[in-house]
Amino acid sequence: MGLMDKHAIIEKNASLLLVGSLLVVTVGGIVEIAPLFYLDNTIEKVEGMRPYSPLELVGRNIYVREGCYLCHSQMIRPFRDEVERYGHYSLAAESMYDHPFQWGSKRTGPDLARVGDRYSNVWHVEHLTDPRSVVPESIMPSYAFLKDASIDVKDFSTHLVANRRVGVPYNDDMIAHANVDLMAQADPSADTSGLEARYPKAKIGDFDGNPQQVTEMDALVAYLQMLGTLVDFKNYDEATGYR
Amino acid sequence: MKFGTEIVLLSLFAFAAFVAAGFGVDEPFRQHMLVLLIALLGFAAVLLRNTSFAPAAAVDPSAYMDGPIRYGAIATMFWGIVGMTVGVVIALQLAYPDLNIQPWFNFGRLRPLHTSGVIFAFGGNALLCTSMYVVQRTCRARLFGGNLGWFVFWGYQLFIVMAATGYLLGITESREYAEPEWYVDIWLTIVWVAYLILFLGTILKRKEPHIYVANWFYLSFIVTIAMLHVINNLSMPASFLGSKSYSAFSGVQDALTQWWYGHNAVGFFLTAGFLGMMYYFVPKQANRPVYSYRLSIIHFWALIFLYIWAGPHHLHYTALPDWAQTLGMAFSIMLWMPSWGGMINGLMTLSGAWDKLRTDPIIRMMVMAIAFYGMSTFEGPMMSIKTVNSLSHYTDWTIGHVHSGALGWVGMISFGAIYYMVPKLWNRERLYSLRLVTWHFWLATLGIVVYAAVMWVSGIMQGLMWREYDEQGFLVYSFAETVAAMHPYYVMRAIGGAMYLSGALIMAWNITMTILGYQREEDPMPGSVPAFQPKRSGARNWA
Repeated sequence: MGLMDKHAIIEKNASLLLVGSLLVVTVGGIVEIAPLFYLDNTIEKVEGMRPYSPLELVGRNIYVREGCYLCHSQMIRPFRDEVERYGHYSLAAESMYDHPFQWGSKRTGPDLARVGDRYSNVWHVEHLTDPRSVVPESIMPSYAFLKDASIDVKDFSTHLVANRRVGVPYNDDMIAHANVDLMAQADPSADTSGLEARYPKAKIGDFDGNPQQVTEMDALVAYLQMLGTLVDFKNYDEATGYR
Repeated sequence: MKFGTEIVLLSLFAFAAFVAAGFGVDEPFRQHMLVLLIALLGFAAVLLRNTSFAPAAAVDPSAYMDGPIRYGAIATMFWGIVGMTVGVVIALQLAYPDLNIQPWFNFGRLRPLHTSGVIFAFGGNALLCTSMYVVQRTCRARLFGGNLGWFVFWGYQLFIVMAATGYLLGITESREYAEPEWYVDIWLTIVWVAYLILFLGTILKRKEPHIYVANWFYLSFIVTIAMLHVINNLSMPASFLGSKSYSAFSGVQDALTQWWYGHNAVGFFLTAGFLGMMYYFVPKQANRPVYSYRLSIIHFWALIFLYIWAGPHHLHYTALPDWAQTLGMAFSIMLWMPSWGGMINGLMTLSGAWDKLRTDPIIRMMVMAIAFYGMSTFEGPMMSIKTVNSLSHYTDWTIGHVHSGALGWVGMISFGAIYYMVPKLWNRERLYSLRLVTWHFWLATLGIVVYAAVMWVSGIMQGLMWREYDEQGFLVYSFAETVAAMHPYYVMRAIGGAMYLSGALIMAWNITMTILGYQREEDPMPGSVPAFQPKRSGARNWA
């Protein structure tokens, strides 16, 4: 056993052991992860994807803050039952602006990847306030406090800038109007032409039914209502998306 | 002056926390900085009370440094009970949702507290204190770097406190097992590099020519966790005075980076590190040499090489490209072999000493740990097969699998190591009570069996209900109906968890009494003394 005898060299040299084990553990990550950054077919070509509007991003941050992903996935697998239950299977392109991803790993509650437009704003507010009033079997906690929480950001443009630095294509116009757009999306009487031009298909309205203030409930419902609604599947070429 | 620099530094950091608490851009960040301020001031006050201007007594360079290990053993018990209690609470929340108290004690905020509490606070402290214990004794060298061991211990506790309070305040990146926000991540990086220097430095000044096998595992665990933590937590803060940051990666790349990290938190934190524990404490407690030197070499290198590839099995049938999924599955199945190599090496170390299973409840605990390691490292590769995964993914089966590994392997081997270390660290002749160890063993074992069995049933049932069609081709169950069907299992799961927790509470009592110097008067374990030996005076006398 010549090879085994040579192992004694490593056993007597801590630096060799350190470097050796570090080299051995780096291989797998390099082979599996690095190609995802340069292989063109990793992310499918789709029409309709855009960065989140400021209000949607605030809502998404609340989703992240409350740990919703611990019970709700946002990743529909290509099985008959899932596609019938939740809609078209999820594409990588649909989470290309998600920092972080929220695919989830557990479905204590249903998948939310395409929950947008499925229920009314009133239903969402009612459900988040008292889940069992609309779904008796639900075991979800109440999030009634969101209705009383005003959105707590002094200058939201810093968040768009941070996203741009990690690769989300927010342009200067979007960043300059971040705070205006944030408030306008939840205000039916505001002039939203600029907002709609910057963020096509953005849902506009008083989401929480309280016109007095823009609350975290407004933001979260705005986010839920846009989930899975951006990609135009009529123009999606299924075959080229396989990889 | 004793602690002079430390007190000055703590005061400076406390002042910085005070400023950040005032100028923070979001409310959770300001509250979090207040928590930090209180923690730092409290620590500075303790040091101030213990400072002295007398010249420090010279340290015997040949003596082992056991102070941080003693604290670490106590911290392991403390955080273990905190983490497991939160686990029972969130299990009950799933059965009885009215137990959620918004916003701080909702399931979504408590669940990371449970997972981080048991993995990083309980498991992390167990790894810290056993690795410091093992490396000194197998190298016959004092811990490197003076008070560096104390810095690592207290720095790590600060990380735990900041992470835990952050979750309750809603400060989280919501990436599984990597939830702490950017500034807490930076602090952990500093502590972890100090830990690497401490451990490697001690190995470098060893008086033994060979580096003992337990230290290979500890070293590879420390260096790999450093790599995973730094890369996976790369993120861009929205403000340097705010809690929110955005991950450097997005979507599919973020998902695979995260599960490359997440699966190797299991592979290196919860496996390699604890294998190091096994390789020292099992031979010691059994008083037998490690079964096979050759097997330990092969399974060490194979394990650390293969584990890192297994991440994509968390993303089967997702938008991750198929080639990555298949690669992840293939390596996950191969991983079965080195995992069982470790199991065989641990179990066979008892050859010639199997009779100790009857008489030594600590050995029994360690053997049960290795058995659960073998069980869950078979179950894991099986679940990574795509066909199986299509059923098991997103269900409670995964939760059950994690717990048979975490409660069975990680928990039991840590308990065994602490039962072994505590009498030695405090110079006690023996534990307060071996009978209580037996109670702990059975409560823990039955608790795990209940937990895992219940989760198998509920997970498989849930997966089958989701995909069930009737003869007309319609889905049979609405999602809400599958949730309602889970209720009895969620109640039983909480009972299994509570049994495990009660075992840990008995252990805490036993350890506390041992540290305080008590010894319970009790009959020896059956079979540990020859049958014809007369009973001790004071023992029950049936004759």
